Amino acid sequence: MEPFTQHNGLVAPLDRVDVDTDQIIPKQFLKSIARTGFDKGLFYDWRFQPDGTPNPDFVLNKPHYADASILVSGRNFGSGSSREHAPWALQQYGFRAVIAPSFADIFRTNCYQNGFLPVALPEKTVRQIIDRATNEPGYRLTIDLEQQTVSDERDTLAAFDVDPAVKHRLLHGLDDIGLTLQHGPEIAAFEERRPAHRPRTLATADR
Amino acid sequence: MAPRTLFEKIWDSHVVREASGEPTLLYIDLHLVHEVTSPQAFEGLRLSGRQVRRPELTIATMDHNTPTWPLDQPVTDVIAKEQLDALERNCRDFGIRLEDRFSQLQGIVHVIGPELGLSQPGMTIVCGDSHTSTHGAMGALAFGIGTSEVEHVLATQTLPQKKPKPMEARVDGHLPLGVTAKDIILGIIGQIGIGGGVGCVIEYTGSAITGLSMEGRMTVCNMSIEGGARAGMIAPDDTTFAYLEGRSHAPKGADWERALDEWRTLHTDAGATYERTVHLDASKLVPHVTWGTNPGMVVPVTGRVPDPANARSEDDRRSVEHALRYMDLQPLTAIQDIHLDRVFIGSCTNARIEDLRAAAGVVRGKHVHPSVRAMVVPGSHQVKVESEREGLDRVFTDAGFEWREAGCSMCLGMNPDILQPGERCASTSNRNFEGRQGKGGRTHLVSPPMAAAAAIAGHFVDIRDWNA
Repeated sequence: MEPFTQHNGLVAPLDRVDVDTDQIIPKQFLKSIARTGFDKGLFYDWRFQPDGTPNPDFVLNKPHYADASILVSGRNFGSGSSREHAPWALQQYGFRAVIAPSFADIFRTNCYQNGFLPVALPEKTVRQIIDRATNEPGYRLTIDLEQQTVSDERDTLAAFDVDPAVKHRLLHGLDDIGLTLQHGPEIAAFEERRPAHRPRTLATADR
Repeated sequence: MAPRTLFEKIWDSHVVREASGEPTLLYIDLHLVHEVTSPQAFEGLRLSGRQVRRPELTIATMDHNTPTWPLDQPVTDVIAKEQLDALERNCRDFGIRLEDRFSQLQGIVHVIGPELGLSQPGMTIVCGDSHTSTHGAMGALAFGIGTSEVEHVLATQTLPQKKPKPMEARVDGHLPLGVTAKDIILGIIGQIGIGGGVGCVIEYTGSAITGLSMEGRMTVCNMSIEGGARAGMIAPDDTTFAYLEGRSHAPKGADWERALDEWRTLHTDAGATYERTVHLDASKLVPHVTWGTNPGMVVPVTGRVPDPANARSEDDRRSVEHALRYMDLQPLTAIQDIHLDRVFIGSCTNARIEDLRAAAGVVRGKHVHPSVRAMVVPGSHQVKVESEREGLDRVFTDAGFEWREAGCSMCLGMNPDILQPGERCASTSNRNFEGRQGKGGRTHLVSPPMAAAAAIAGHFVDIRDWNA
């Protein structure tokens, strides 16, 4: 996983609340068995018109947001389906982080797994960022994970919370599975004391 | 020991490792796998040369992509076929039991877990699917995970987790005739909002919950995620034990007695505290219908579509306007004046035998409205077989419904069952997001009897009048 330390980038405002993962990437793109190529499905039904041409009104289709790498949106971002294809799509499209007042639980976890940073900021600050990104061409933010701050070129806008363990993993790009496998003996010890009546999935004739 | 909630008891009994500054490492008793969220996880194992730690605690099925047309017709979508083939290959390579499209035990992953008796009280259960919360109805801690976590569980049979907070949704009182488990959960979501449960595990308590069948409890727990909750759960009781006893993977003989001894301890202790409690009076509940583009946009069937002018905030006003535009509805339209093109009875929320019996009871001897196309998709092959044994298939087909093979189908439209742009559907599923059932499609979530009645009438009707 690529580490996340500090990122400075152009901000694109998606001024909606409750953006669900079905919108972030619609179901027809989930049939792929690959891990790449999901950028083409990002916000597909909003980005493209029924005839497949880009919807000129959608924020990401506006030329001045073409190089955006920070998305800012409304509360409860990433709700609904557990599809990890959502952060994959955002990341493969070129985003490194998303800022919103709140995030759905599974989406947030999925982001962390990929070195993609969800930053929760107070509603008032998010509104300020959306307004600036909408009205000031070329508006950029710096997200500093080490310092846990979000700032623009004028000042530091806010500090954000992040779980210390998650922060450590992100800063160093650590692989969760590798960390857990270091605790193999503890897992084996737990398995020794598991109740014997817990089910096994083997075909019942084999039990 | 200090009094604990049901959630805390199950959490505590699955802690493999706890250390300061680290997430808790939790053991996973059952891992359910399907074709859509697993291919990249298996690929990850291959790339790192890792094995599946406990194949005997893992089971896979095909449900999301599978067509619901007759089994002798092939899967024609080549990309879907590739994903189904990949699951077959992965299960073979890693030694995982697979119930494929042709298996007698195939079905929606959240229908077959309880059906096989694999989902039991006191367990931790995960799946790369947000509706894993369904299994909480058995008195288990069950939650949806992403594909990276699927890989993690495959490789280690554990998950690092930050502990969620226990929340209580207490539903007391007697459910009126025609009001179902679906209306309970839609009522709760309407009250707390779709982000109301974020960071929480909801325990459903109260006489209206304990009075539900296992099928009803699964419907309630299924939609916990629609309230933003990590999981939903219900303390196991005699209803749970009676449902489980004799199922193929339920404990047998002395194991059954030992299991019962454990399961009877699985309840929230007197004096244990929840982070938050919400109350609902079941006796005042009415059938619910969603009008908008998320499950929190819901009103009683006797109600009207809202007017954005009455929204509480600027964000909400724009959200309501956007939803009304997508749904092609005028403010203050009466719900019962909304006419339908399609009706879908199916999904992990409402396609169990009891759901199909309830819907069949409504349509028996009647006929689907000429402007409506209606289909029934059983939640599993076993549900289909049982329905046919009871003659429910004939009730539906005589009334003009299509009777299909089992799968997720039009709940999420990954298979050929989709809405056409602009079509309006009454659906027993769980999500009414934009495009969920097909690009440009418009979904209204309801209970099975409400969907059945709407299919006959061609518009929403109050099922309580229907019964009269």
